[in-house]
Amino acid sequence: MEEYGGGGGDLLSEAMGSAARVVVVEDCVEAPGAFVLHLLLKRALASGGAAAFLALAQPFSYYDRVLRKMGCNLSLHRRNERLHFFELLGFPGGAREGTIADSFVRLYNEIQRLVEANRAGENAGQFTVVIDDASLLEVVALGSVNDVLDFLHYCFALTSEMNCSLVVLIHEDIYADEENMGLLLHLRYIADLVIKAAPLSTGLAADVHGQLSVVNKGTFSEQRAKAQKVWNFHFKGKENGADFFYPGTRH
Amino acid sequence: MAEAVVRCLRDGRLDGEHAPALAVEGSLQCCPLAAGAMLHIAAALASQVAAGKAQARGLVVVAFDRSPQVYLEFMRRRGLDANALDRCVRILDCYSDPLGWKQKSQNQQHQGNSAKHFSTNKENITVYRSVKDVTKLMSSTTELGGGFEGEGKKYFSVAVDSISSMLRHASVPSISGLLSNLRSHEQVSSIFWMIHSDLHEPKVPRAFECLSTMVACVEPALVDPICGESPGNMSILELNYSKAKFIVRLKRRNGRVKHLYEDLYIEGNDIKFDSAPSVSIEVNQSLVPKVQFNLELSEKERSDRANVVLPFEHQGNGEPIRIYDGRRSLPEAQRDLSLTAPALVDEIKAPKSGTAKGEIHYFRDSDDEQPDSDEDPDDDLDI
Repeated sequence: MEEYGGGGGDLLSEAMGSAARVVVVEDCVEAPGAFVLHLLLKRALASGGAAAFLALAQPFSYYDRVLRKMGCNLSLHRRNERLHFFELLGFPGGAREGTIADSFVRLYNEIQRLVEANRAGENAGQFTVVIDDASLLEVVALGSVNDVLDFLHYCFALTSEMNCSLVVLIHEDIYADEENMGLLLHLRYIADLVIKAAPLSTGLAADVHGQLSVVNKGTFSEQRAKAQKVWNFHFKGKENGADFFYPGTRH
Repeated sequence: MAEAVVRCLRDGRLDGEHAPALAVEGSLQCCPLAAGAMLHIAAALASQVAAGKAQARGLVVVAFDRSPQVYLEFMRRRGLDANALDRCVRILDCYSDPLGWKQKSQNQQHQGNSAKHFSTNKENITVYRSVKDVTKLMSSTTELGGGFEGEGKKYFSVAVDSISSMLRHASVPSISGLLSNLRSHEQVSSIFWMIHSDLHEPKVPRAFECLSTMVACVEPALVDPICGESPGNMSILELNYSKAKFIVRLKRRNGRVKHLYEDLYIEGNDIKFDSAPSVSIEVNQSLVPKVQFNLELSEKERSDRANVVLPFEHQGNGEPIRIYDGRRSLPEAQRDLSLTAPALVDEIKAPKSGTAKGEIHYFRDSDDEQPDSDEDPDDDLDI
C-alpha cells in the first residue's frame, strides 16, 4: 500500500509499512476482519490507484453502502473504471462450460488483463486485488484446495511481475481444528504481511472490539530489517472506519 | 555450518557414487529465514562455480516459490556479475506460469498465430509450464544443465525451491523418483532442495530426508510454549523472524553422522551465519547414549592407552623395533634379540629403509583422537 493522503499516520498503516505486496487478513466469528478489507480498499482508491474486488460474500450494494459511510463512493469509482467489481456469488455458475479449474483460469485472465491495462495506462498507480474471501473460494471450488491455491498462486505471481498488491481475507477459525490446515498455512507462507483480528481474552467490551496483530515478515528487498516486525493493538469499529490504539490508551 | 554444507555441494560426487543431496527444512515460524538460507546456499554455490572451484560448471535453479529475479538479485548482491550469472546460473521458472494459464490466454488472443513460440527465454531464465508432468520437468532440468560451457566433464548442480510447492502438483513417489533420478544422473554433481515441514504430514519430510545425505533444519530461535497473541509472545514472534537456528546433520561416507549448529540472522537485506562452538560441543556430548555402563575413559585408562606399544609402529627413539608377539612380556622381549630376527622384520618398519622386501610403513594418524570423535580434518582449513 502506498502512502495515503489524509488522516495522518495511524497504527495500522504504520505497522503495514509501504511495500507489502501480499496482505492476508485473518479473522474469526468473534472478531470479524472484513472492516480491514474495507479500509484497505478505501485507501487503495483514495491514493489514486485502481482495484479489482472479488466479492463472494456480499453483493455490490452492501459494499457500496459500507464504504459510503466511510467516505468512499464505490459506484463512482466503478463508473470511472477505477474499481472493477467481480460479483462472484454465483461463481462458477452452472451455465459455464469446463471444469472449476477452467473457471479460475478465466477469472485470472480477466484480472491479468485489467492489471496490464492499468500498467499501460496513463494512471499507472498501484493496482490492488482484493478477495473477500478465500474460505468462500474454497467452497465454490467444491473443496478443491489445489484449484484455489493455483489461482492464488497466479494472483501472487502478478504482484511480483507488475506493480500490484493482493489482499485476501480468510477465516482462521474454520481451519483451527483440522489436522492439515491447508489453505490457511499456504496463505500464511506466501503473505508478506499477516493481519489477524482476534477477540480480547477478557471477552466483549463496549469500547474495545478486539485486537489486531500485524506481522510484517519483511522480504529481502525491503530495507525494513531493523523496523519492528510484530505489532499488537486494539481496535474499535465505527460507522466510518475504525480506531486503532494501544491497550490502555483509550480514554 | 553453512560453509561445510556448501563445501560438500561444491565438491560434488565421487566416482562411482551418487551426488550429495541436501534437504533444507523450514517451518512457518521462521520462513523468511529458511528462504534466506536457501538463497544463501544457492548464491554461495554459484560463487564457487563461477570461480571455478566447484566440480559443477553451472547451477540450475528450479524455482517454484519465488520469482527468478529474486535469486538473480540476491546473487548480484553477493558479488556475482552479469557475466558470471549468464555463464553459471540457469533458472527453470516454474513460478510465473506453472500450469500454462498465461499461455492459454495468449493463444486465445492470438488465435491465428500458430507460428508463435510460447516459451520465451529471458537471459538465463526458461519458463516451464507443465509442473504436473514430472518426467518432462526432469528432462527440462537435465537439458538446461547440459548447456553450461566449460572444460572437463559436464557436471551441473541442481537446486529445487521448493518441494512443498511441487507436492501440490505431483505425488510423493513421483517427486522422490525425480530426486533419485537426478542424484544418480551422471552429470549431476550435487542437489539441494527446500521443504516446508509444517505443510505436510510428518512422514513426507522424512521420506525426503531419506533421499538426502545432509539435512539442514532451520528452527525458530525461541520456541513459544503457549500459542497466543498476548504481548509477551510478540517479542518471541519478533525474534523468530530475525533469528533462527541452523542445525545440520551430515552423513559421512563412513556412516557416521556429524551434527553442526549455527545461528542464522537477517542483517539488512542479507542473511548471515554465526557459529556457536560452545553449543556444538554440547550437541556432540549428548550423542553418547545414556546407558548403565561407562563408555568414557578415565584418566588412568587414557594414560595406559597412551603407553601401549603398537606392533607396527616406530617408537621413534632409534632403537630396534620392539614388538610384542603375545608370548612374553615386553621387558623380556627387549633382551631377547631373536625376536627381532629377520623373519619378523618383514612386518616391521625399519628406520633405515632399503630392503627389497615388502614393508609396512605405519604412521599413526593422530595421537589424541577420541574414539568417537567426528572431527573433520577439513575443519581447520582456512578457505
